[in-house]
Amino acid sequence: MSDLNFNVSTAPHVRTHESTTSIMRHVLIALCPALLAGVYFFGFRSLILAAICVVSCVVFEFLYQKLMKRPVTVGDLSAAVTGLLLALTLPVTAPWWMCVIGSSVAILLAKQLFGGIGDNFLNPALTARAVLLASWPARMSGAAFVSPNFLGSVDSVSSATPLAYGAKLADGTSMLDLFIGKIPGTIGEVCKIAILLGFVYLLVTHVISWHVPVIIVLSTGLFTWLFSGGGIDTPLVAMLQGGILFGAVFMATDYSTCPMTAPGQVIFALGIGLLTAVIRCFAGYPEGVTYAILFMNIVTPLLDKYIKPRIYGEVKEKKGGEKVA
Amino acid sequence: MSKAGKVFTNGLFNENPTFRLVLGTCPTLAVTTQAMNGIGMGLAATFVLLGSNIVISLLRKFIPDKVRIPAFIVIICMFVTSVQMLMHAFVPELYKSLGIFIPLIVVNCIILARAEAFASKNSVLYSAIDGLGMGIGFTVAITAIGAIRELIGNGTIFGASVFGSGFEPMLIAALAPGGFIVFGLMLALVNAVSNRDKKDVEAECALDEKEAA
Repeated sequence: MSDLNFNVSTAPHVRTHESTTSIMRHVLIALCPALLAGVYFFGFRSLILAAICVVSCVVFEFLYQKLMKRPVTVGDLSAAVTGLLLALTLPVTAPWWMCVIGSSVAILLAKQLFGGIGDNFLNPALTARAVLLASWPARMSGAAFVSPNFLGSVDSVSSATPLAYGAKLADGTSMLDLFIGKIPGTIGEVCKIAILLGFVYLLVTHVISWHVPVIIVLSTGLFTWLFSGGGIDTPLVAMLQGGILFGAVFMATDYSTCPMTAPGQVIFALGIGLLTAVIRCFAGYPEGVTYAILFMNIVTPLLDKYIKPRIYGEVKEKKGGEKVA
Repeated sequence: MSKAGKVFTNGLFNENPTFRLVLGTCPTLAVTTQAMNGIGMGLAATFVLLGSNIVISLLRKFIPDKVRIPAFIVIICMFVTSVQMLMHAFVPELYKSLGIFIPLIVVNCIILARAEAFASKNSVLYSAIDGLGMGIGFTVAITAIGAIRELIGNGTIFGASVFGSGFEPMLIAALAPGGFIVFGLMLALVNAVSNRDKKDVEAECALDEKEAA
């Protein structure tokens, strides 16, 4: 760092009160509606799972940084956000040890080994989810997703997520059910109202801009409609099914894993929509959001490399290679 | 230590083909889903390495420089073919689970590297010792990787159950990504341990950083 030449201009400077901690606190608040909805639909077990994930993420980050004699940064709340995000992408039936292993993968493998916050090239929570999905497929798909039982009032019945029915609505599920969250799914993804509340909060607090999530969700609907050749309601069903809304709002907007420039972000978002639709329509997995976002995470450095903003005052290079000032 | 001892331990530690030279990574990643596969692959490669090193060392004064690589390959092929036939005859199970990776020993870069870097320049005795050391270093390394992947991904070591029936294995360790992750973590561990011995390593790093800047 010390060898870099920063050109610091003279005063006055614009100062911001934003810090990593304040941004992460906003994200935590924005995730609260989704968590509460999860508790409402799946019972208090969702809250326990969330607590396990958050605590183990923070503990793993603390232990790693102590062990490596690095400055301890658990106070910036980023580990807590990762833990909560991970918990919200798990089915409520997930055992506690899966939460702990997932947290260790997220914090140690995906985040700290690559340099900690800001240097991870993959979204830690999604990486953990992908690893858990590959490791215990039976616990992460199909019968693992139970129908909502409203705070444990009814015996939970396991059933396939609506995604298992392709781009069509499952029997007995209305569009409203999809929107409210009366469907089987992971803890955080089912209630679209709660996610939208979080989205609005993040917009109001300027933590994220609307472009990436909106483009992801719309392009997923569009591409699914094109690929599946379904009816007029196909795009809407595709947008409300599975984790696309949750992923678009909370996962794809992770600062360190999405492109820096506006055109790059548009390509990033379109790529996620396209890949999600491709995986959902043509691949063996019913849900493609996780892999779509992780794939575009990997492409992000390339997008940043080839889409560079022109520096103010810089003139386009002439074809001869001479620079004209 | 005598020169023979030095040549032998070189393959085990300082120039361990898997962890220090990072050669032969294709079989390292592909066949290490079980510890037994690691031993089988390692011993097959050791046999080929020993044989090819001896023969190449014997012929080092007759092989013209310009055609040495094809000549080495032909010699290596001879040993690989015999290993393949022996394994097919005596250990058909292992032969089946290693599959294409037995004939691929021909293009294993550890073997060609030792032929080029050592056997073609040294006497028969030392070449044989080098082949043995490198082969054992390779065997130990991939057996270790195989044991870890088998333990996590299947809950067993050499087929014997370790954790009991309640254990739910982490399948990813036995899949392709698990190979990369375990191999990478073990490389990091070996580097960390071997760097601890070097006192000047930090000074070296500081110098490198300055040069890079």
